[in-house]
Amino acid sequence: MNWSSLVIPLLLAGIALYGTGKRVDVYAALTRGAEEGLTVLLRVVPALVGLLTAVSMFRVSGAMEWVSDACSPILSLLGIPPETAPLMLVRPVSGNGALAVASDLMASHGPDSYTGRVAAVMLGSTETTFYTIAVYFGSAGIHKTRHAVPAALVADLTGFAAAALAVRIFFGT
Amino acid sequence: MAMTCVWTGMVVLSLVAGLACGRLDAVANAALEGAQSAIQLSLSMAGILCLWSGVMEVMNASGLSAGLARTFRPLLRRLLPNACQDTETLAAISSNISANLLGIGNAATPLGIRAARRMARSCGGVASDELCLLVVLNTASIQLIPATIASVRAAAGCETPFDILPAVWLASVLSVLAGLLAAWLFSHWGKRV
Repeated sequence: MNWSSLVIPLLLAGIALYGTGKRVDVYAALTRGAEEGLTVLLRVVPALVGLLTAVSMFRVSGAMEWVSDACSPILSLLGIPPETAPLMLVRPVSGNGALAVASDLMASHGPDSYTGRVAAVMLGSTETTFYTIAVYFGSAGIHKTRHAVPAALVADLTGFAAAALAVRIFFGT
Repeated sequence: MAMTCVWTGMVVLSLVAGLACGRLDAVANAALEGAQSAIQLSLSMAGILCLWSGVMEVMNASGLSAGLARTFRPLLRRLLPNACQDTETLAAISSNISANLLGIGNAATPLGIRAARRMARSCGGVASDELCLLVVLNTASIQLIPATIASVRAAAGCETPFDILPAVWLASVLSVLAGLLAAWLFSHWGKRV
């Protein structure tokens, strides 16, 4: 058994027991909240349709290979293994896609190689940025996102460079 | 506008690359499949979204989220002073951060959305500085135990899948700090121009 499998059942049971102890109608509150979840969903769908259409076109067209080829000299300069370029491009837009690219990198380079470790740390220290932005602002009805996109991308880029740096600090190359 | 630039850029680049690589048929199909997969993703997300919205409601009714909010208030008061004026927003952000730390991403998103919706009520469609900050915090990963990544490493034949933890923490902290700093800098530049 994976210990992380304990977290969700434990949380659900704990919250239900605590609520019952406080004499809250737990089930009524649960369904009331779930109903609100549905209204949120309706506002998220349009944002996701837009995002995923562009992402899947981008991945299939070969544009992604262009961009990752163009990036590789800069990456070598920063000490980031150039093989991780596709991972860095997929990471902000698709969580499952990034997981697939990273496990591919780990399988071909070995999970304990420099590239394999950097890929794992990159995955662990960043998020699916554009998905998050689309979902949060979509559901909140925000049209002008101001500096959220550039600031989030700065965080991602720092995360990628820091992943390579951290692996070098703790494991060497 | 930023999302408009990203979207238009990706679509135009896909068209050009599709023409150049002779993959235009695939690109056309991909556009339709992408839209379709958005609905599939939304449907698979729907249950989880409703579940955690419901759990949040139970936590609110039982006073559990107020306790969580008290724990995070000292930190959040500095980062998001306006949002902390509203107890329910503060409670939602506190639960969002807790879920992120625990690595339950699919719970963190509904909770964060709840906070974002409350924070956006007085914004009139324009993101406030604090809303941008909340989103930036959520686009940077702050989980303590990256269980999914450990399982991928284990699947690739690694015997010590958790040995990357210190590296993940260091990279996460640097990335969150860079995001916060960038959000702060960009909002100041925006005001001066």
